[in-house]
Amino acid sequence: MGRYVLRRLLQLIPVFLGTTFIIYALVWAIPQDPFAGKCGQRACPESYVAAMSEKFHFDDPLPLQYLKYMGNILTGDFGDTFSGVSVGEQIGAAYPTTVKLAVVALLIEALIGVTAGVLTGLRKQGFLDNLVLVSTLFLISLPVFVTGFVLRLYLGPQGLDLFDVGVDATDPTFGQLILPGFVLGSTSMAYVARLTRSSIAENRHADYVRTAIAKGQPTRRVVGVHLLRNSLIPVITFLGTDLGSLMGGAVVTEGVFNINGIGGLIFRGIQEKEGITVTGVVTMLVLVYLLMSLVVDLLYAVLDPRIRYE
Amino acid sequence: MTALLEVEDLHVEFRTRDGVAKVLNGVGYHVDAGETLAVLGESGSGKSVTAQTIMGILDTPPAFVTKGAIRFHGEDLLTASDDRRRDVRGDGIAMIFQDALSALNPVFTVGFQIEEQLRIRRGMSRKDARARAVELLDLVKIPNAANRVREYPHQFSGGMRQRAMIAMSLALDPEMLIADEPTTALDVTVQAQIMDLLREIQVEREMGLILITHDLGVVADVADRIAVMYAGRIIEHADVFQLFRAPGHPYTESLLESLPRLDLKGQELKTIKGLPPSLTNIPPGCPFHPRCPRAVDVCRTDVPANHRLGLDRTSACHFAEEVVSRG
Amino acid sequence: MSDPGAGGAGLERAAAAAVGDLGRVDDSAQRQGKPRSLWSDAWGELRRKPTFIVSLVIILVVVVMAAFPSLFTSVDPRAANLDNYLKKPSADAWFGYDVQGYDVYARAIYGARASLLVGLFSTILTVLVGSVVGIFAGYAKTWIDSLLSRVGDIFAGVPFVLGAIVILTTFNSPTENPSAVRIITQVVLSIAALSWPVSMRIMRSATLVAKQQDYVKAARGLGASPLRIVFRHLLPNTVAPVLVYATIALGAFIGAEATLAFLGIGLRPPVVSWGVMISESRDYFQAAPHMLLFPAGFVTITVLAFVVLGDAVRDALDPKSR
Repeated sequence: MGRYVLRRLLQLIPVFLGTTFIIYALVWAIPQDPFAGKCGQRACPESYVAAMSEKFHFDDPLPLQYLKYMGNILTGDFGDTFSGVSVGEQIGAAYPTTVKLAVVALLIEALIGVTAGVLTGLRKQGFLDNLVLVSTLFLISLPVFVTGFVLRLYLGPQGLDLFDVGVDATDPTFGQLILPGFVLGSTSMAYVARLTRSSIAENRHADYVRTAIAKGQPTRRVVGVHLLRNSLIPVITFLGTDLGSLMGGAVVTEGVFNINGIGGLIFRGIQEKEGITVTGVVTMLVLVYLLMSLVVDLLYAVLDPRIRYE
Repeated sequence: MTALLEVEDLHVEFRTRDGVAKVLNGVGYHVDAGETLAVLGESGSGKSVTAQTIMGILDTPPAFVTKGAIRFHGEDLLTASDDRRRDVRGDGIAMIFQDALSALNPVFTVGFQIEEQLRIRRGMSRKDARARAVELLDLVKIPNAANRVREYPHQFSGGMRQRAMIAMSLALDPEMLIADEPTTALDVTVQAQIMDLLREIQVEREMGLILITHDLGVVADVADRIAVMYAGRIIEHADVFQLFRAPGHPYTESLLESLPRLDLKGQELKTIKGLPPSLTNIPPGCPFHPRCPRAVDVCRTDVPANHRLGLDRTSACHFAEEVVSRG
Repeated sequence: MSDPGAGGAGLERAAAAAVGDLGRVDDSAQRQGKPRSLWSDAWGELRRKPTFIVSLVIILVVVVMAAFPSLFTSVDPRAANLDNYLKKPSADAWFGYDVQGYDVYARAIYGARASLLVGLFSTILTVLVGSVVGIFAGYAKTWIDSLLSRVGDIFAGVPFVLGAIVILTTFNSPTENPSAVRIITQVVLSIAALSWPVSMRIMRSATLVAKQQDYVKAARGLGASPLRIVFRHLLPNTVAPVLVYATIALGAFIGAEATLAFLGIGLRPPVVSWGVMISESRDYFQAAPHMLLFPAGFVTITVLAFVVLGDAVRDALDPKSR
């Protein structure tokens, strides 16, 4: 098991380096002049250019720049923007909001998705089943921002006024994040429902279920213990990877609901041409995503003994 | 004297999109405490379906029991309540399956799967259940039982897994055991060990044993009586010695003739030509007639009745007496 | 694994998962007879399915809309009349007018072309790149496979929306205004760059399964060249899952175009696409929801049609339901 973890970790490292390098190159290497537009209409003064070049190692070849940057990141130093603002601080301010949003989304999608999936997986055909199938189809097809706008329009202050859509700038409460969370998780929720449904429907006819029944176990236990424990494995592992994805994809939802998370941070970074912010945020998200996928692999081994003892 | 288990004139249909398959067409047999009945037949003959109907684990739909009775201690299970049927499972009649790897739940330890019956249906404590589980694994001769009880099914070898499944089936001390092709997936040497084990357990506990198989060799050693099935019917029923010495049905005859024999080495292997009938389209008359070397006109039109060939011996062939006297 | 989940192309992953079992469809047998039967069986089944027919019809309508917009409206989508500022839908203009006085209905019809083109080209590119790499990875030696898979992982490690943001803003600084061709190309390339790993994985696993088949081993034993094996034995086996994926992905990418436009980094005026219309309506959503809802509706229905189509095709090709 330890060897498995080690192997996965070793696989992750080149991927992490590769991805972050591409991002770094895109942000810093491709644009001709990193200083374009930074000092208003005129070109920047020489002293400024020189100071910034030294600070950001612009005179070094690209790979070296990248390595120095990565070295800093790994010690927690995300650097400063051109205007001297600490990127680390910016991220520290915005990130928790996004994390909260992603967690809310995950909880909602898990709760509703699994329930819907279990109910329809056990009993295919019927009104509930068709309802779930059709609604998940819609949720999967609708681009997130459409779902967001529509729900905001109809459930927010202008519509049924069920949800208050004003979100606290710095520290939104969980309550305020319910609707945005639902929107953010909507696509995944639909996917979870379908995944659970098909997993349960498939496993329902498995030999071990037949054995459990033949042993005279009560139906409640056959379903609740034997069937569920096996059927939920792919679902749980999916939910694990989804947390990372949700954080990466929160950009759109944050835009629709005006939430100050990392999405906003990235856009500001682009508008203000602060490449360091962009690379910092994306690098961190990539790291989070990769770590989550490692956690999920471990989770998978925990859930399925066949993987654990191979 | 009422037998421990009596299956009477059982009819089961599978209703599918492609038609209705008549899977069981009047199956009847009985088993007593302490005796072994072997149910012999090709794939599709209905032997497993009969067992599953006895246990009540058929998927309904698409399976439907249209006629018949299954009497356990005289009580007809088919008319019993769901709760009553569940009571009987594991406690009165237990079942083991062919592929232990897929029949056992892969995510729970072997110990858990044995213990859950003890805890839930006998109300045992975890400790007691664990102790009993270890005892059972010992009983089926799994070495190092105290440790293996904590392992998962995939960590066992094929033979050991089958033993574990047998142990699991004995947890509630059932009066009868149905073994559905328990050794088909195993190596020949392991097969013999498992069959010995089953025999031992059965004798010790005076259990009734229904052994479902397509392997004549296995049957010869272990069975007391044999019921031969074809196209959802019992076409011959006899004591094991009688059957082997003088089969009473052309199908049984052909089966015995197709067994490779060392003393006939070098001669052509005999086979039964043709294939078993499609169950959605069973031929009229005797279901075996398309493949029967003795078939004549009456076989094509009239369904043979069960001819009595002796005490507790029947054969569903128009010419049963002739077939028997030939041997 | 790149999850465009929250970005509107999340059903891509659903597509990839949906094709799971199809890789095991073994229809490339020795005789010519067999491959026919799976496809003709599937076609026979599909023809009778209402969902298939309906979604196909919808798609055809959209395609015609994109090719011959004048069939659907006589209004000039570029005719702006500020008198009509944000007018609600009426008999004259079924979808109302937008902030610049354009007829929303006319623009939506004309916008179909750009949206569809983006979806189509992105899919073609993704499938092409993914398939080539995937077959290579599946069929070649292990170290090549590992290398290619790692490369795929690298691209997949970038969250879709963020990656698109970085790529598109790198090549177009916010002040520039790229030409229609250039921006369409960039959007297509971005989508493909971030999505090809998924299609690669599908192809790769289908290839791996096919490679194990006895008839492939036999062919190799007989000295067939790798190229021949790939084209004659592996490729036919992999068509099914890729087809299903491509259908659903097309829908997903149309949704992605809309999302990217919404974020301001995708297609932009003077190009007209559904995504552009949606992004323009963003600030006026409260006052004039019709500006957003109609193009969004078009996107939704089109994406739905592709997803349903893909689902239906997958069910028809599913070996389990045989």
